[in-house]
Amino acid sequence: MTDLIVLAISCILINNILLAQYLGNCPFLGTSKKMETAVGMAMAVVFVLVLAGVITWIVDTFILKRWGLEYLRTIAFILVIASLVQFVEMFLKKSIPALYAGLGIFLPLITTNCAVMGVCLINIKEEYNFIQALVASFAYAAGFGLALILFAGVRERILLARVPRPLQDTSIGLITAGILSLVFFAFKGMV
Amino acid sequence: MAKSIAHEFTKGLWEEIPPFRLVLGLCPTLAVTKTVENGIGMGVATTFVLVFSNILVSALRKLIPSKVRIACFIIIIATFVTVVELLMQAYAYKLFMKLGIFIPLIVVNCIVLGRAEAFASKNGIVASTADGLGIGIGFTLSLSALGTVREILGSGSLTIWGDLAFHNILGASFQPFSFMVQAPGAFICLGLMLCLMNLVGSK
Repeated sequence: MTDLIVLAISCILINNILLAQYLGNCPFLGTSKKMETAVGMAMAVVFVLVLAGVITWIVDTFILKRWGLEYLRTIAFILVIASLVQFVEMFLKKSIPALYAGLGIFLPLITTNCAVMGVCLINIKEEYNFIQALVASFAYAAGFGLALILFAGVRERILLARVPRPLQDTSIGLITAGILSLVFFAFKGMV
Repeated sequence: MAKSIAHEFTKGLWEEIPPFRLVLGLCPTLAVTKTVENGIGMGVATTFVLVFSNILVSALRKLIPSKVRIACFIIIIATFVTVVELLMQAYAYKLFMKLGIFIPLIVVNCIVLGRAEAFASKNGIVASTADGLGIGIGFTLSLSALGTVREILGSGSLTIWGDLAFHNILGASFQPFSFMVQAPGAFICLGLMLCLMNLVGSK
């Protein structure tokens, strides 16, 4: 049990998927201009990432490894993620329309979010067992949400500041992300 | 005609150079540019996938129904990424190990899917090849530029390919600025380079 808690903390804070592993940066910069969209994206990622992490782990262990098809991993994983996103979208539209409306356009965008594919690959590379893969997927997704929402808060304040013209928009966003990433550096050595 | 093909090629080198003008594909940009060698390797691998997926998407553009086009593009891209993965395992194993999960992650690199959707699915094979090659080379140039700055400041050396490396460029007494080769340095360095591009381009 302690192992799992340590794993969760290290995935959320120390190896934060956005700020330490550099994954999922396109939606990070794209959806962080407003708090609302950041929260929507964070929720959508948590939802899909946990499902994707578990399903790709099952596919890898029981299908790809059993028949020695590891070289098809990239294709298999992207197919699983793409169809999962489509399926989740249809399911939510029918049964939980309120949540569907909340997540909106962020659901289809998740297919090309490299954080999702990245975590699935990390789970396999680190040879996690099923429970570890589940915990790691959830913790990475929570870390993604945490960093995204923090960053959106900072960015909303930057809108009020006077930024020199060449630095505007993405440029100042990246520098802010760098400083935020420096903050997360402080967690190193915690575990 | 010849002029427009040349234009499709050259626009990737300056006008729409990724990831500066086309703010896509940031993850590999930030992650692999610790050294120039990694940057070049990643750039070449991405260029390969870009060119071949553009060619195939363009050739099949009239056959693919528009409702399922994104899924078809992703399968085409994933196929070429697997080809690159296997080729690198066979001929550039060291580099493959260094780049790690970022090679399979070319599948979800938005530049590749973006070009398939925005360009190759609407244009002919020759133009699409030129477009893929231009954007790919532009991406390689950006990665090498970022890699050069980060490697010189972060470790004081410059590794171009394998053993072809220069050490102690800034003199033996230079203290490496190790912050540059870690995550915060990547973000800040890219942000400042973007600022520089805006400064030069806005005139």
